[in-house]
Amino acid sequence: MLRDITLGQYYRTESVIHALDPRVKIVGTFSFIISLFLVKNFIGYVIAGLFLVICIKLSNVPPKFIFRGMKAIFFLLMITMVFNLFLTPGEPLVSFWKIQITGEGLKLAIMMGVRLVFLITGSSLMTLTTTPNNLTDGLEDLLKPLKKVRVPVHEISMMMSIALRFIPILMEETDKIMKAQMARGADFESGSIMNRAKSLVPLLVPLFISAFRRANDLAMAMEARCYRGGEGRTKMKPLVYKRMDVYGLAIIFGYVVCCLVFGRILFR
Amino acid sequence: MSIILNHVNYIYDEDTAMASAALVDVSLKIPDGQFIGLIGHTGSGKSTLIQHMNGLVKPSSGQVFFNNEDINDKDYDKKKLRAKVGLVFQYPEHQLFESDCFKDVCFGPRNLGLPQKEVELRAYEALKQVGFDDDYFYQSPFDLSGGQKRRVAIAGVLAMKPQVLILDEPTAGLDPKGREDILNLISDLHKTMGITIILVSHSMEDVADYVERIIVMNKGRVAFDAEPREVFSHYKELEEIGLAAPQVTYCMQELKAAGFDVRTDITTLEEAKNEILKALGK
Ligand SMILES: Nc1ncnc2c1ncn2[C@@H]1O[C@H](COP(=O)(O)OP(=O)(O)O)[C@@H](O)[C@H]1O
Ligand SMILES: [Mg+2]
Repeated sequence: MLRDITLGQYYRTESVIHALDPRVKIVGTFSFIISLFLVKNFIGYVIAGLFLVICIKLSNVPPKFIFRGMKAIFFLLMITMVFNLFLTPGEPLVSFWKIQITGEGLKLAIMMGVRLVFLITGSSLMTLTTTPNNLTDGLEDLLKPLKKVRVPVHEISMMMSIALRFIPILMEETDKIMKAQMARGADFESGSIMNRAKSLVPLLVPLFISAFRRANDLAMAMEARCYRGGEGRTKMKPLVYKRMDVYGLAIIFGYVVCCLVFGRILFR
Repeated sequence: MSIILNHVNYIYDEDTAMASAALVDVSLKIPDGQFIGLIGHTGSGKSTLIQHMNGLVKPSSGQVFFNNEDINDKDYDKKKLRAKVGLVFQYPEHQLFESDCFKDVCFGPRNLGLPQKEVELRAYEALKQVGFDDDYFYQSPFDLSGGQKRRVAIAGVLAMKPQVLILDEPTAGLDPKGREDILNLISDLHKTMGITIILVSHSMEDVADYVERIIVMNKGRVAFDAEPREVFSHYKELEEIGLAAPQVTYCMQELKAAGFDVRTDITTLEEAKNEILKALGK
């Protein structure tokens, strides 16, 4: 059940996408997300969808694995779609009692749904193909200019890398505690909402305790190794752009231009 | 009554690139009342194996039977099964969550839907069985020592009155005294209650004195399954898979090699003492 959450997990395999520089992937993902909000028509979404499918294909990550993560956000997706469907004013398509579905609402709901699915898939693909270390190294490098205005870039990326590193650990821990409580007859999967919420206590209390214990250990270990922040720190594997990365950036640029031209400017 | 595993295979993360076989063609029969040691190197599949026995994990292929019923049948009541096959996880103190020990032990029996009186009676009995002091009953479990926490956790499973008690590395992370206490406690439980016990460990030394049967796991397969004596006679093969026979077995082997007329199939200190005294003619 919890293993279904793929957001933030790394999927180890070899592929062109895995080998790309993390900075290229971050820029690519952001461009992709922005493009989703810029396109205004059907063709734009087809282009975005195609781009995504090609990237998934190239990444060697089984689509099944990516879409397993979708189950976790299904609820959110449904709420968004329902709200858009019923609460958008416009020409009524069908109406009964006080509720009406408008043509605009339907269009908006579908658009929102597609947007959300693409958004989650796109960002999952980035974390699935990039190790947390690489990801935060890339982010730190991209945000470097902000250091000039005293944004603690290193600290932020350090926190992010720790958070990302802890996702699988806490997941495993959750799995273990859940099993241990199930062995004592706990039931997490049936009953009313109230009962289910109550049944989470035996899971959450030990989980929080373990998270605090781990955080404490980590802080101690960092201190024991004289960690003192980013000033003057060097990297074992500094990031260097390679030929592939340049091609990658060019392709991303091409994609964004395509999206803008076909999805916004040419066909309104 | 018994647990039977029939050609069980288990693969973690099946159909992903991380797929790894944790159990390979495991067939076992666990009859009633036996005291069994399940030994293997870290990662040999011990924990995975025992989680099959109470239905927490479903085999990728093969069947698990409890009292001649397939526990993975759709309409099989897993909750009842988990009351009958009690499983104490590794570091069970990490699962404690209530504000006092007594309440925590009540969690298991309450989940079985028993009336409040019965729940409390069982919790009381279980805490007594693990030798827990009355004074600590209403203390927060988080204020206790490691060994005491572990007792509470074991009581939490005992309170469900299981017919089979499985303990995953119950001595991990305890000091020698705590280790011996827990092992003696388990041995006593076996003697007084007559339940089946499966004791998981990566140390032969831990189990040699207590168990009547040893199952050795290696890379997801059952490597040996016999009486301690028989298993330890393969001490060379055991070393190859990263395990070792108890110290006394080596001691007796060396004495024999040095020309003393002693038996080498010795597993406990007591036996060794008698054998050596005999060889010395005393
Ligand atoms: N939750 C899990 N996900 C993926 N692989 C696992 C998981 N748990 C165990 N494994 C793998 O299965 C194998 C057997 O593990 P385990 O049963 O825990 O062994 P043991 O208890 O003997 O140390 C190991 O190779 C381990 O890496
Ligand atoms: Mg284990």
